[in-house]
Amino acid sequence: MPERITVEDVAHVARLARLNIAPDELERFTSQLGDILEHAAQMAALDLEGVEPMGHPYGLRNVMRADVLAPSLDRDEVLSQAPSAEAGMFRVPPVLGEEP
Amino acid sequence: MSNELPDNGLPNGWKMVIGLEVHTELATQTKLFSSSPNLFGGEPNTHLDPVSLGLPGSLPVLNKVAVELAIRIGLALNCVVQRSVFARKNYFYPDQPKDFQISQYELPINGEGHLDLPDGSTVGITRAHLEEDTGKSTHMGSGGGRIHDADYTLVDYNRAGVPLLEIVSEPDMRTAEQAKVYVSELRAILIAVGASDGKMEEGSMRVDCNVSVRRSDDDPFGTRCEIKNVNSLRSMGRAIDYEARRQIDLLEAGERIRQETRHWNEDEGRTVTLRSKEEATDYRYFPEPDLVELDPDPAWIEQIRAALPMLPRERRLRVVERTGATVAAAALIVERGLDDLVLEAVTIGGDPARLVNHAQQLSDDRATDLSQAAFAALSTMESSGAISATQAKTVLARMVEFGEDPASIASELGYEAMPSDELESMVDGLIAAHADEWAKLVAGEQKVMGFFVGAAMKATGGKADGKAVSAILNQRRG
Amino acid sequence: MTELTTALEMAAAVAAREVTATELVEASLSAIAERDGDISAFNLVTDDAARQRAAEIDVEIAAGRPVGRLAGVPIALKDNLCTRGVPTTCSSKILEGWRPPYDATVVTMLAHSGAISVGKTNLDEFAMGSSTENSAFGPTRNPRDLSRVPGGSSGGSAAAVAAGYVPLSLGSDTGGSIRQPAALCGVVGVKPTYGLVSRYGLVAFASSLDQIGPFATTVTDAALLLEVIAGHDPLDSTSIPEPVADLMSHLADGVQGLRVGIVSEFMVEGIADDVRRRTEAAAAALEAAGAIVGEVNVPAAAYGLDAYYLIAPAEASSNLARYDAVRFGLRVDASTTPDMYDATRTAGFGDEVKRRIMLGTYALSAGYYDAYYGTAQKVRSLIRRDFDRAYQDFDVLLSPTSPTTAFAFGDKTEDPMTMYLNDVCTIPTNLAGHPAMSVPFGVGDDGMPVGVQVMAPMMGEIPMFRAAAVLEAAANSEAIS
Repeated sequence: MPERITVEDVAHVARLARLNIAPDELERFTSQLGDILEHAAQMAALDLEGVEPMGHPYGLRNVMRADVLAPSLDRDEVLSQAPSAEAGMFRVPPVLGEEP
Repeated sequence: MSNELPDNGLPNGWKMVIGLEVHTELATQTKLFSSSPNLFGGEPNTHLDPVSLGLPGSLPVLNKVAVELAIRIGLALNCVVQRSVFARKNYFYPDQPKDFQISQYELPINGEGHLDLPDGSTVGITRAHLEEDTGKSTHMGSGGGRIHDADYTLVDYNRAGVPLLEIVSEPDMRTAEQAKVYVSELRAILIAVGASDGKMEEGSMRVDCNVSVRRSDDDPFGTRCEIKNVNSLRSMGRAIDYEARRQIDLLEAGERIRQETRHWNEDEGRTVTLRSKEEATDYRYFPEPDLVELDPDPAWIEQIRAALPMLPRERRLRVVERTGATVAAAALIVERGLDDLVLEAVTIGGDPARLVNHAQQLSDDRATDLSQAAFAALSTMESSGAISATQAKTVLARMVEFGEDPASIASELGYEAMPSDELESMVDGLIAAHADEWAKLVAGEQKVMGFFVGAAMKATGGKADGKAVSAILNQRRG
Repeated sequence: MTELTTALEMAAAVAAREVTATELVEASLSAIAERDGDISAFNLVTDDAARQRAAEIDVEIAAGRPVGRLAGVPIALKDNLCTRGVPTTCSSKILEGWRPPYDATVVTMLAHSGAISVGKTNLDEFAMGSSTENSAFGPTRNPRDLSRVPGGSSGGSAAAVAAGYVPLSLGSDTGGSIRQPAALCGVVGVKPTYGLVSRYGLVAFASSLDQIGPFATTVTDAALLLEVIAGHDPLDSTSIPEPVADLMSHLADGVQGLRVGIVSEFMVEGIADDVRRRTEAAAAALEAAGAIVGEVNVPAAAYGLDAYYLIAPAEASSNLARYDAVRFGLRVDASTTPDMYDATRTAGFGDEVKRRIMLGTYALSAGYYDAYYGTAQKVRSLIRRDFDRAYQDFDVLLSPTSPTTAFAFGDKTEDPMTMYLNDVCTIPTNLAGHPAMSVPFGVGDDGMPVGVQVMAPMMGEIPMFRAAAVLEAAANSEAIS
């Protein structure tokens, strides 16, 4: 198992997850996440050689649907739920960069 | 690749290495994971369902036709069709409704394959995997649509969830021209198997180019840059050449290449930095728990293989073998879908060379509706001299336009008899070819007249007017 | 009318025109009005819609038209089930006010059965918790003792049934979120086989673990509701394409010869003495009814909590990315979209949700995937393997549902790990995909209800319900004597 999670690690994952975590909260979260991960480290005791990761419990495979159209959602109903909309579209502040 | 490398146009012996990632939209009725329409255009946000809008509680269900089209492409590219697992690629962006994209990561549906190009070279295919498209952002404000100057952005999710196949090539191409040939060939295959309309301009086929340079073909690969936003074959060629030269300039100035994604600016004819790979996003891929594994039944794969149409390469070879056409001519004929017409017309006795010549010039979409018998007849009329090559073109144009048979068009146009100027030049030809007989005729041996008229009739397949031939001969004799 | 307490009785009485749907709904609404100020089981009571629906059903019945199996029966829905046009909040600020443009498949099935939803019940935010204390709208109280938690995350649905507002409710169970509150509130709660009930329209917490299931006051009612909501749904790729088992006709089959295994790993330290004694008493009751009882080991189950607290947060971190202030829900304005994401998500999610999102993001991040998420998915396979081995010798397994009876507010909120340990007995079955249910079996030393858990192999709902029915009967006769 990797080394204990650090404040920097937590700050990094908070950025990835788009959360602002205040410095005092960072300490607390780091300590809590560290405890949970430490508990999880017990799994290292198990022999996982040759064990496949779990798939669907019932073993379902190849679930596909026919390529058949169904009615689309009503745009007004959809946009009525949007925090901001304009010209039939969802409006957001400047995005700054291209798709990553 | 073949050993004979064509000139890459680069200075000082520099070599370039190109690998391409082609995203093609698949021609399904509905989206990859839901039942709203896969349609280009349309009023914004009218092709939506809870899944393609990424609403809480919605779940993806895989479109069987998208899978079949992916397998068709895979088989056409000689790929291994294999067990695959969908994965989530996590990143935040407004046109990605769930803030993750469902793609295939470790296990793509199509594994390694290859594509043979018309020039005899082969490009390796790394993989071809299924994934969903994003919505579209429109950047509003004084910046004129430029992302960095936008005041705000509007998002339309109609395209979100449209099925894509991402076809990744090996870095096997060495010139921009070769890259263009690869994309054209790939495009021809996508169209042939009915998987895509291959329209680069509408974005249904999008190409990202990975370009690097090195001093020698024996050197390891250089640091590569990925170029996005090439919207046509021509701009792709320009972008690759520009990018290679940019990298060479940097290296020759003693600088290093930074691995990055660059944006092709068509108007300015250059690439600009989009983002550095060094600040690479951590996509946190993991298997999509809302979907089960895809492991197509071998019988289904074989059924798809058996139903595949003949591919462009095979069709070109067939035209070359049976008509003696050049590879380029065959490619054009196949691209226009006229190969069956030409070959059937040849089978029933048409003149192969003349048919190939006409088919190359038939850019009208309706040409595929021509009857093989009429097309063959046209070539025979031409080779028999009943009509001239110029006339044949006119007749053919009318055949395409009105669907009539060539004989009646020729008659309508008064092409039945050979026009006097052509008749005269034909007669002059006979005179030149038979100097001895001509001398006898000039000397007054009248019976030689019959020899010349007979030759003229033979040369025109009986269509020449004997009296007219005699008149010309008498005129020439003085 | 007061004698009608079960859904089965209510539906029969409505069909026989002894009572109207309107009368049942009014009784339910007045019970809610009377007591829910104290209990807070509901986030939203949809009284107008319920009355309207009841009137429609009464018209159908009066006209002699055929109605569904639950016609006129009031029901409560956990507030993470999408209801078209009706706010669906997941007890989170980030979804406050959201009105989905579609119904969850179970909601549609319930509507077809004639059941009448009276409202949306409280939960731990996004179903993350074991006490319903993590709700953005305040906690739900245990109807048996208002100073104690009802358990969670489906605390509102458990409390709504325990308080007698409704005979039935729906919850969702990712690691015990139906069974544990059922145990703590003294009602029946079922986590069906993964894939038996469609998840379409259930707001996802951890997709590979989430299952919708019933709460009821009786084993029979739970079976009836499960029959109504089970079945293949083409909108859920993980839905099992099998016909629904006829549970009701097997409820009286008894347990003669049924092999019942007591899971040793779930009877260890951390299980309160009174809970352990009740579980042993349950085993004795089954044995007395003819079952063959023995002990069994499911060694890998001891690592269930470890695997779960990597897998569930990992999936959640991705499932909860869509709360981005673009298409629905809360937006905290900012001058750029990335800043808007940060501001909205920071303000909209509570601490437990943030904790799990960060934990899951970490478990999936570059360099840690194999050590954490990858390892956890392999451990999950081992747990499944060990359960399958146990089921070679036993038809059903038995354990406590929760290590303790209902605890007081604030008791376990300080340290997340303490709270997580509540689910030590329930989590392994979610990881295996197996069904399990909690049946009330008497009370603990504090007089609060104790639940025992009956587990079964994939699609083993019939033997599971047979054992549960015998336990229920034994508990009832014990209570009378």
